[in-house]
Amino acid sequence: MNTRPLETADNPAGPRRIAIDPLSRVEGHGKVTLLLDDDNRVRQARLHIVEFRGFEKFIEGRPYWEVPVMVQRLCGICPVSHHLAASKALDRVAGGWPVPPAAERIRRLMHYGQIVQSHALHFFHLASPDLLFGFDAGIDQRNIVGVTAAFPDAARQGVMLRKFGQEVIRITSGKRIHGTGSIPGGMNRAVDPAERDALRAELPQVLAWAQDAVTLARRLHENLPARYADFADTPAAMMSLVGRDGAMELYDGVLRLREADGRIAVDGFDDQRYRELIAEAVRPWTYMKFPYRRDLGVDDGWYRVGPLARVQNCDFIPTPRAEEARQAFVAAHGGRPVHAVLATHWARMIELLHGVETVAALLDDALITGGPLQAEGPRQCSGIGIIEAPRGTLIHEYEVGGDDLVTRCNLIVSTTHNNQAMNEAVRAVALRYLDGETITEGLLNHIEVAIRAYDPCLSCATHALGQMPLAVSLRAADGRVLDHVLRSSTGELLRERPAHDAGAAQ
Amino acid sequence: MSTGDPTFELDGQRVPLQPGDTILAAAARAGLDIPYLCWSAEVSASASCRVCTVLADGRPVAACVTPAVAGQKVECRTPSLDTQRLRLLQMLFVEGNHFCPGCEKSGNCLLQVQAERAGMTDLNFEVLNPERPVDASHPDVLFEPNRCILCQLCVRASDEIDGKRVFAIGGHGIATRLLIDSPSGRLGDSALSVGDRAAHICPVGALLPKRVGFAVPIGQRRFDTEDTRG
Repeated sequence: MNTRPLETADNPAGPRRIAIDPLSRVEGHGKVTLLLDDDNRVRQARLHIVEFRGFEKFIEGRPYWEVPVMVQRLCGICPVSHHLAASKALDRVAGGWPVPPAAERIRRLMHYGQIVQSHALHFFHLASPDLLFGFDAGIDQRNIVGVTAAFPDAARQGVMLRKFGQEVIRITSGKRIHGTGSIPGGMNRAVDPAERDALRAELPQVLAWAQDAVTLARRLHENLPARYADFADTPAAMMSLVGRDGAMELYDGVLRLREADGRIAVDGFDDQRYRELIAEAVRPWTYMKFPYRRDLGVDDGWYRVGPLARVQNCDFIPTPRAEEARQAFVAAHGGRPVHAVLATHWARMIELLHGVETVAALLDDALITGGPLQAEGPRQCSGIGIIEAPRGTLIHEYEVGGDDLVTRCNLIVSTTHNNQAMNEAVRAVALRYLDGETITEGLLNHIEVAIRAYDPCLSCATHALGQMPLAVSLRAADGRVLDHVLRSSTGELLRERPAHDAGAAQ
Repeated sequence: MSTGDPTFELDGQRVPLQPGDTILAAAARAGLDIPYLCWSAEVSASASCRVCTVLADGRPVAACVTPAVAGQKVECRTPSLDTQRLRLLQMLFVEGNHFCPGCEKSGNCLLQVQAERAGMTDLNFEVLNPERPVDASHPDVLFEPNRCILCQLCVRASDEIDGKRVFAIGGHGIATRLLIDSPSGRLGDSALSVGDRAAHICPVGALLPKRVGFAVPIGQRRFDTEDTRG
């Protein structure tokens, strides 16, 4: 099997190893390892996901109607995405697909509320400190508290945008986090008109904030120092759902794959046949699987999902303000495909604006306040549900026995699709900014900045309050520790603490 | 209520009683809360959970089976009893696998609400993590033994209301479990019907009609309050 540059060193026992361990996630841990040769050149760079959660396994044996609520516990940031992807899969099992129009509208409302709150959380709380203060600014400043002190208006907008999204989720699911609104075959509740009206009253302000967020993201991107202009630029194919008309579509659509050069490779692909399009590979050094395009194989078939892919994969965004912003994004890059990962933040805010516009339209739809909410039909033995979660394409697949218990579960979450792309970004950053350098907290943060653009789960446990603990070891080829730096949860850099066991860093 | 009507005192409040009343029944009629899990007005009392233990004239008794006596002084909310009640609830949690966040009974669960009212914020004891396979063999009723607290309500309902005697309690000590009267020991081979009262009387999520799940929205569940209505 061919391997990618820097994925595997010729002689892994020889070079010195630098381990960034842990890169914490909300629901687990990751680490980055770098191997350097005697000239301090990077020979290998890997992002490892070292946690094993086992959701796919312990869903087995559970009654299928329990699953849309249970799988929400995968995440505290985007539980709605898992709630709805599982619901869409189990709609089919329960014979309730398509769900009634009212249920479909309410689910969409919930989902776009999720897009708004998650994107606001990521950009303002987690990513903006890097962008506002610089990647190597002091950690006492590089956090949401620092943003609040230096940019109070922006911080407040972020908090209020997220609150609006959370309220949309509450009125559709019963709780801001981990509600129960969606059930196999439909919804268990409609929207209360009084609660709808309360949210509608906020829309003019929320729309203005969302528009401002796009402006801010664009300004921050265009004002990046020149040395970050091509930060973690990693050309990749792009995959997402789109509408049958090519519109941006986040709740239900067909799969489209676009090559890194912008050509459409696959279009209008039935989401129920996703396994004909992609497969998953396993590598021994990480618990996260590597999805790949079957037609290109495991080595060349990797791709990117998420806002940067979606904004470029669609032909248009079906809401006017976001479409205008998308066109400005395309024009600013001369119509060329964009693969610099920091542009993801700009794309993310365009999607946030689209989310607010879509919520506005749905709040005006009388269907959300009532009508038949559940569909019934012949029971099926399997179902697939695909949705565009805030971070990218999310796939849930279930097989259910005649006794109503789940017999098989396969989940491909957004971060998994982006596994290779994140590894490529880590390699690009390692080569460009860490190659041969002395370890500093700021340089470590460069790697985190690249990862953070893909997956806020990694940064939310680590970055929001500047509390990401990191242990970095420099080892000689014989395993001796040459240097060890520990960044404590308070941000203090400490030396002469015990290093991690070398075996644990394999 | 005339001054001559018989009453007893519950935590300082006078509670009228009728002939044949238990302490729990009289208190419930008066709108006073004595915590319980295994009691139901629909079936006979069994005093199996002991969550309703009170002090009747200083003597610990199960309120669900102890006759109310005029002039008696009953204490329910004492620090000692509250602590014992909390420990009982915690033991029930650690003996089974009670995962409220993913349980369809959440919001309708008597164990959950009693634990909440008792101020339970931790398990206190080491969890046992028992392995109890789900019995989904019945076409319309699910038996989830991980949540069974051995309250015997299904046993009594099947016996006294349905006239089927589908359930019984077997085993001893920590191995005590709910038995199902069928050749295979599985629910699908028993005489239970989804229309039976026994299929609906479970106070926790152990016996459930299938394919209902989370059909009742947050805010309309039995124990939803201002804090939980969403």
